[in-house]
Amino acid sequence: MSYKIAVCSGKGGTGKTTLAVNLFSTIQTKWTKSVQLIDCDVEEPNDLLFFKDAKIINRSTVNQPVPVIDESQCTFCRKCEEYCEFNAISIIPSVKYASVDPNMCHSCGACLHACKFGAIQEHQHPIGELTNYSRGNQIDILEGSLKIGSPMQTKIIKELKANASDESDILIYDAPPGTSCPVVETVSAADFVILVTEPTPFGLYDLRLTVNLIKEMQKDFGIVVNKAGLGDREVYAYIKEEDIELLAEIPFNREYAGQYAQGKLLSDVPPLIEQEYLKLAIYLKNRMNHD
Amino acid sequence: MIEITILSGKGGTGKTGITAAFASLAKNTVFADIDVDAPDLHLILKPEVKEENQFLGARIATIDRQVCTNCGLCKKECRFDAIHYRAEGGLEVNPFECEGCRLCERICPVQAISSEHSTNNYWFVSNTRFGSMLHAKMGPGEENSGKLVTTVRKNAKEIAREQNAAFLLNDGPPGVGCSAIASLTGVDKVILVTEPSKSGFHDAVRLIELVQKFNIPLYAVINKCDINTEIAKQMESFFLTQGIQLLGKIPFNEEMVHAIVNQKSIIEYRPDSEIAGKIEEMWNKVTEPIKELK
Repeated sequence: MSYKIAVCSGKGGTGKTTLAVNLFSTIQTKWTKSVQLIDCDVEEPNDLLFFKDAKIINRSTVNQPVPVIDESQCTFCRKCEEYCEFNAISIIPSVKYASVDPNMCHSCGACLHACKFGAIQEHQHPIGELTNYSRGNQIDILEGSLKIGSPMQTKIIKELKANASDESDILIYDAPPGTSCPVVETVSAADFVILVTEPTPFGLYDLRLTVNLIKEMQKDFGIVVNKAGLGDREVYAYIKEEDIELLAEIPFNREYAGQYAQGKLLSDVPPLIEQEYLKLAIYLKNRMNHD
Repeated sequence: MIEITILSGKGGTGKTGITAAFASLAKNTVFADIDVDAPDLHLILKPEVKEENQFLGARIATIDRQVCTNCGLCKKECRFDAIHYRAEGGLEVNPFECEGCRLCERICPVQAISSEHSTNNYWFVSNTRFGSMLHAKMGPGEENSGKLVTTVRKNAKEIAREQNAAFLLNDGPPGVGCSAIASLTGVDKVILVTEPSKSGFHDAVRLIELVQKFNIPLYAVINKCDINTEIAKQMESFFLTQGIQLLGKIPFNEEMVHAIVNQKSIIEYRPDSEIAGKIEEMWNKVTEPIKELK
């Protein structure tokens, strides 16, 4: 079984991806090769931008089964329309019209049970892609990418997680921002959650929302304050008050922000920042042995 | 009434800070925070809630184990792996996995399953120092953020019409998934707030593709433009090829963060700053009436 670490934040742009890619790189160079980075931000996957040496090993399409109504068999009874909780089916009996909107369909299969006339069959509808990359001998970076226009991000994340190797010692999930279903899907299998925040009122407000979610999901977690030095001290008061573990503090550094912009990794950052990542990796190692 | 949504693709590019600045410049405008997952605009606009409404979220199934015969049909048919046997016996629904499709409820041979809407979501109509604002509070891990976005927008539009407002300004979510789609269908203009980083650019390209699918006029703002001037240049020429009007560029300045810490927009906090001037120019550009061709 792999030890699964999810990197989350409520607010976007606090540094999830920065943390995930650098933590991955630190673990890979200083601890074990048996680690996979899984980019679960399928709406906007960015992890790969930091690994120019990664090569595509394989790519597959993720499909969603979507019902298609055969109008020659359909009696236009509207039972399927009634069963569909997602308003994806429109039936107009007077003009014998039946259609399904694939962008609304959740592929739950309820309409198949509704139809007593065998008029509904499922067809595969593409909603995104999974890609496996390698920087050496084995696959070490996995990415899910949502097809533009599809609202089915959660399904891609599910398939992406199933695609990861269970033989890997460590899996790092880079989560999407927010606090709704795609985040839940990413975090659900995690053994430990790292919440990345920034010391601003926006960062703190969204951190609180995320802490509530992670607590409700009964996951162990700790906080990394990124861009430390910017903003105010309120986030530290909150961390202390809630008795949450502060795992690392990564100072804000304008030059580093410029390098990040260029897609550069840990090897190019100041030693102070490098140290924080090492500290975090050691913490996780101890935690993993303890769990 | 013209409805404008601010989006970014990548999170943290400065949507909310810029929306707040626009809010302090806008006249006769209604505001909506439709980043319902992680709303922050209220931290600057400090709304005084006038009206609180419950939003019925997705349904979640529950199994009545007094009635359930443990036949396992629901577990077998559930496509979301939301139903499992408990260690101590009996079937149970995992509320975090349940999509609320009601399939299990409909096929249960002994009617042991019922499903209720989650009542964990609220939306509000409020007053702010700049005008009316609509916003929402979503329960953790909710399924239906797209539908909540649609509800907030629908009500915001009604209020904007009632007030005969000139603009409805929506502070949107990151990403290109269901919430982003719900935040842009049918709007008049989209403003893309981006930053010159590889990831900012990559995510902006995906958002542009989405907005173009809906044929909505798109404007761009390059925020923190001096973080990487090379990428900023590439973005500018890309926007040109896509026919996207660049409203302006804003250099990185910690004053933006200080304004937020002081719960003010940059316009209120540093009215005479270069940034405030630039943002005012952008707001004028995006709101000026389209000139008729002669």
